[in-house]
Amino acid sequence: MADVAAHPAQAHDTHHQTATGLSNEKIAMWAFLGSECMLFGALIATFLLYKHRAVAGPTPHSLYDIPFTSVSSFVLLMSSLSMALGVAAIQRGDHRRLRVWLCTTALLGAVFIGGQIYEFTTFIRRGMTIKTNVTSGAFYVLTGFHGVHVTLGIIMLLTLVNFSIRGKIPQAKAEVVEIAGLYWHFVDIVWIIIFTVVYLIP
Amino acid sequence: MSDHTTEEITPEDDTELAVEAALESRQHHPSDLTYVGIAIILAVFTAIEVGIYYLHPSTWTALSLLFFMMLKFGVVVAYFMHLRFDSPIFRRLFIGGLTLAVVVYTLVLFMFGFYHF
Repeated sequence: MADVAAHPAQAHDTHHQTATGLSNEKIAMWAFLGSECMLFGALIATFLLYKHRAVAGPTPHSLYDIPFTSVSSFVLLMSSLSMALGVAAIQRGDHRRLRVWLCTTALLGAVFIGGQIYEFTTFIRRGMTIKTNVTSGAFYVLTGFHGVHVTLGIIMLLTLVNFSIRGKIPQAKAEVVEIAGLYWHFVDIVWIIIFTVVYLIP
Repeated sequence: MSDHTTEEITPEDDTELAVEAALESRQHHPSDLTYVGIAIILAVFTAIEVGIYYLHPSTWTALSLLFFMMLKFGVVVAYFMHLRFDSPIFRRLFIGGLTLAVVVYTLVLFMFGFYHF
């Protein structure tokens, strides 16, 4: 507790009536995100190990459309901005802007997923399925897993919009949006790594 | 007894505290304009990364790409996720998981011969 109180920038966290003085939900989300590092670490390490071990068929590197994926990455980065603006809006008690930014974030997330579906179908049409070789398998599992996380994030955002419309997210519960935001930003930072390590580094 | 102890906090007090916490949290977080500035910086970094991709591949281009990746990662975590402004406990939880993942999987990659010297 002394550790918590000693930091001037965290005075706002000491309002919570918990043993640590911090929000248990927020601690749980950070612990979850810490554990997610292990999950995505395993998937990225697997891809790196199998990157040059394909013995048949096309590999992801021969099919990448970097300009297209760059636009997808930009879209996901901008969704992080709209999420941060949504959190700021509810902390000010601005419910209308919260809904606008949450819908924008969900829409940008949906555009990213649409791009991923287009990329996958293009790859499959060009003969690279999940079973073509070990590299393609590792690629689809890694990027697919990330896509599932983005999809779950979109569902979470739309649920928050629904709750907000029904008046279930008062300013006092701004932290709920902040916690959902943490998850969304995490999905974004995972893509930052995937985009560089999987797509850009030859 | 007029003074409030932890046990005597009413739901109304709790709501007031939560609103106060939200407002104070807002004060400690960056402004909307700062968020937009950060997003522009991230977009510029992404453009630089894509530019580097089109250069002749070498160890330096790979290292530059990793450098920009870490920069973008750090900026999002510090500003959008507020880790720079929040409690050190959150930082330790996340950095702990991240460090463990990096160490474990670097060792795994070493063991399976990913790195060649």
